[in-house]
Amino acid sequence: MTLRADDAGVTVHPREFPTNRGGLCQKGWTAAELLDHPDRLTTPLVRDAATGELHPASWDTALDRVVAGIRAVQDDAGRDAVAVFGGGGLTNEKAYALGKFARIGLRTRNIDYNGRFCMSSAAAAGMRAFGIDRGLPFPLADLGRADTLLLVGANPAETMPPLVRWLTEQRRDGGKLIVIDPRVTATARQADLHLQPLPGTDLAVANALLHIALTEGWVDRAYVADRTTGFDAVRRGVAAWWPARAEQLSGVPVADLEATARALGTGGRVIILTARGAEQHAKGVDTVTAYVNLALALGLPGRDGSGYGCLTGQGNGQGGREHGQKADQLPGYRRIDDPAAREHVAGVWGVPADELPGPGVPAYQLLDSLGTPGGPRALLVFGSNPVVSAPRAARIEGRLRNLDLLVVADLLLSETAALADVVLPTAQWAEEDGTMTNLEGRVLRRRALRPPPPGVRTDLAIISDLAARLAEADVDPADANPASVRPAAVAAARFPADPAVVFAELRRASAGGAADYAGISWDRIDADDGVYWPCPTEDGPDTPRLFADRFATPDGRARFHPVDHRPAAEEVCVTYPLHFTTGRVLAQYQSGTQTRRVAALRRAAPEAFVELHPDLATRLGIDDGDPVRVTSRRGEFRAPARLSAGIRPDTVFAPFHYAGAGRANSVTNDAVDPISGMPEFKICAVRVEKA
Amino acid sequence: MTARVVIVGNGMAGARLAGELHAREGDRKVTVLGAEPHRAYNRILLSTLLAGRIDEPDVELTEAAGHGVDLRSGVPVIAVDRSAREVRTDDGERIGYDHLVLATGARAVVPTLPGLDPANLPERVVPFRTLDDCRRILAAADGARSALVLGGGLLGLEAARGLAARGLATTVVHPREHLMERQLDPTAGAVLAGTLAGFGVSVQLGVSATGVAADASGVRLDLADGRSLHADLLVLSCGVRPDTALAQAAGLTVRRGVVVDDRLRTSDRSISAIGDCAEHDGVLTGLVAPAWAQAQVLADVLTGTDPLARYRPRPVVTRLKAAGIDLASMGDASSGGPDEELTFADPTRGTYARLRIRDERLIGAILLGDNPAVGTVIQLFDRGQPVPSDRRALLLGRALGAIGATPAASPALMPDAATVCQCNTVSKGALVRSWRSGARTVDAVVAATRAGTGCGGCRDAVSGIVDWLSQAESVEVTR
Repeated sequence: MTLRADDAGVTVHPREFPTNRGGLCQKGWTAAELLDHPDRLTTPLVRDAATGELHPASWDTALDRVVAGIRAVQDDAGRDAVAVFGGGGLTNEKAYALGKFARIGLRTRNIDYNGRFCMSSAAAAGMRAFGIDRGLPFPLADLGRADTLLLVGANPAETMPPLVRWLTEQRRDGGKLIVIDPRVTATARQADLHLQPLPGTDLAVANALLHIALTEGWVDRAYVADRTTGFDAVRRGVAAWWPARAEQLSGVPVADLEATARALGTGGRVIILTARGAEQHAKGVDTVTAYVNLALALGLPGRDGSGYGCLTGQGNGQGGREHGQKADQLPGYRRIDDPAAREHVAGVWGVPADELPGPGVPAYQLLDSLGTPGGPRALLVFGSNPVVSAPRAARIEGRLRNLDLLVVADLLLSETAALADVVLPTAQWAEEDGTMTNLEGRVLRRRALRPPPPGVRTDLAIISDLAARLAEADVDPADANPASVRPAAVAAARFPADPAVVFAELRRASAGGAADYAGISWDRIDADDGVYWPCPTEDGPDTPRLFADRFATPDGRARFHPVDHRPAAEEVCVTYPLHFTTGRVLAQYQSGTQTRRVAALRRAAPEAFVELHPDLATRLGIDDGDPVRVTSRRGEFRAPARLSAGIRPDTVFAPFHYAGAGRANSVTNDAVDPISGMPEFKICAVRVEKA
Repeated sequence: MTARVVIVGNGMAGARLAGELHAREGDRKVTVLGAEPHRAYNRILLSTLLAGRIDEPDVELTEAAGHGVDLRSGVPVIAVDRSAREVRTDDGERIGYDHLVLATGARAVVPTLPGLDPANLPERVVPFRTLDDCRRILAAADGARSALVLGGGLLGLEAARGLAARGLATTVVHPREHLMERQLDPTAGAVLAGTLAGFGVSVQLGVSATGVAADASGVRLDLADGRSLHADLLVLSCGVRPDTALAQAAGLTVRRGVVVDDRLRTSDRSISAIGDCAEHDGVLTGLVAPAWAQAQVLADVLTGTDPLARYRPRPVVTRLKAAGIDLASMGDASSGGPDEELTFADPTRGTYARLRIRDERLIGAILLGDNPAVGTVIQLFDRGQPVPSDRRALLLGRALGAIGATPAASPALMPDAATVCQCNTVSKGALVRSWRSGARTVDAVVAATRAGTGCGGCRDAVSGIVDWLSQAESVEVTR
């Protein structure tokens, strides 16, 4: 989008760009409303020890409190006792700076981010199959010319409406759209074929699709032989998933499984996309792997116009997972336990490699350890609101309350900020420069329209200032040599507040990594409407399409991994007889901190609701609009009933954007995927009653 | 407990149990002794192999592998010595066990007919049970033009469909009055026969075979009504019989199958039995799903993962799935009584549905042909969940659901509050008001309201409303 500022304020104008093609949903149109919103924080807040209230404070007071708190905790309990929690909405520069700040500013291993709740399962599955994780290994425009497009647990008509323009074009040109979703979503309504499985059975559906592809002879044997390894184990595994078996488990008719397999196996250009519906499970990595196996068996990845991809969920969902705010990662999508990666990044950062901490723990494990014996006692949060967005949120809220120090940088007083000891007001998207990397792996520019309002600082400036103050606090005044360069100045130089300087360093740090930005400059992004990584040299090409010749594995071949269905972490029982699943609505975004404050969006989607089938409602004595209580083993939430024939009678749904009594995450399950650490947001067992 | 478990049989039950044990305890000592010389394979895929749509490697199943797993194919067990806790293989080896599991499966029944010696069947007469049987059928079918199948049950029909798919003129001979009489009612049987006819499978019903004569050139099947049928090969599909020989010789309690309790234990506490050879609560299963459920329970018990695990049979769903045939049968769909009954029949298109409902639960169903709700029906039956209040949903599935069920109302009939653009929550009323404020083209209305600027899906509806407004002299905006 482009912005214009005049006396009346800032207005949004859609931009004709290859991804959105001039489209904007209501969230985009109204985005500027937050720039001058009355709720906006314009001064730091510090909690008064006596009253327990947050009070406005100067930046000096606030940052001194943060530094003193960090020092106290680290002196007492070691460096890892301070943790950092980032977000997938942060620019690349900020994600990079945050990871660097944690590792060599705070020298803690404990950093992770909310993308763990979003992209981690697809990322892990992509890494193990292809050796690389880029949401789409091809431009989004390929969707428009796919003969068959399979969306698994994706609802772009509500979560990413401009993308639907590609789906419309695809179907107008005769393409077939197939959607797998337990609900008749706005996207499913547009599909030629909608498979409506029981939540938690997507993996079995994928294995059955591959089983059918095998029995019908649609497997691309030459591709499997030339470009992959490990197929035999997968072939034997899916032999046990004959369609009738998957049908009984999932409820998807064999005929629909066959029609889907046929469309995938006999179409020309075929694309399979997964999203959170398939991924937010304790078996999310294996579920995505099952669809990757299917794509590989059909010879799709690397074939022109075909492939497997994943739809990212946050503004910088892709870039946010590449540059080191993930527990196990260093910039350039490097692994923090890889000695060569440590050596390279430490060199760019000007520290010995052995000073870099090792891998930390994934987001939920980190949040759940806060304030517990051996766990971190201080937490710095940037661009995230785990009080609303974490699974089993009441428990996490309790953990946050137990901290010695909670610092939240945000533009609004989010539910998490409201618990903080120190709240630091930050700049918004229209007030800072930087880059984001979209779902295509295309690095895009964000340009500041105006400076932040008085009293507000950018995240980069906050990190820079904190680093300087921490360095200063480290110096014993008795040892200080007045002739030498002040450590604070060294630290400030090491953590520049200028995003252009940060990006230049990010390029060097990412050089040679999987997500190589070395050849990407802001000028080049401007000139080319974005640059696709990897792009190792300034005058060399970027990479709109991956895998044409080889995969990013040591031998260049993609890897099959046999995966099998396993039950959800929590199954229904007599006490909790219904499946519960969560998702988004069009007019809200993530934890709703921003969108719930936009008048038009609030009008469109004012409060949480519980979607349930009319037959179920009748059995429970619930009418449309009645207040209902949803209870799991972990907690409860309340919201009005919304009856819909578009949901299975054994399943209820609620959006997760709301806080307080309507917080859906009060009931969600905190079981996590053993590989990715992804919590099982998409299925747990609940009881529903009239409240 | 690291006691050694010896499993006799590497079929679908035995191989599954080895995998379940290994998954629970990676170092568990498990010995699997398979009589057949092959890797574990999926019997369900044999009819697909028969149809020529897959090759032999495609029927292989995952076998447990790794530390502690000792898997031997082509090693028949000929005796169990319970006092020594050993099994003896046909080459004389003795293998000790702490716990023994019999997963010996079942054998094809060869009917007692003149001309058929079970120990020495003619080359062109083959039962349909094992991979080796499948190979023999395929060898006999090579160059053949016609086939006979004796037995019109599930497996016989799958074999017939597979042979027909290879281009053989195939005839099924069935002594009962309709096909699959254990799963189907007469109407369904007739509809199924019609469907089969369309694929080149003809059916002879209500007539028994009286004799077989076979030589290198072909097979003759004599019938009780005096006719004789001729073909290039004869496939026998006359049911199976649990393979209980080992258990019987070892003195275990055997009725039709090896008798087991809820923990799958035989009359000897150190010996269990699962799968087709086992008889639980008087029932022989003969299907994969219960065999795998038994493997799961036994693995839980033997490893101590869930010592209280008990096998609870679930209602059986029979599914015939051959190219172009879609049949599901479950429970008792055709008994009389005061139950609710739903039926739908479109024999011309090969579709038939009959469902019985008692106390809001499905107690049986037969679904043949194109039944879009088949997945739902199976799940409701399997889980004992209440049926939809609108029973048509059981017959028509989502045809009755939300997809495509909301044709665009004419703009005049649309309420003002109706949302036209979901992406930007623009109502019809908002569009009308923008018109009244001076917007006179689609682009102007779009610019004023942002309708159609998200996914673009409502552009036609917005155009329709603008057309309607431009034709109407005056428009009453009511709220």
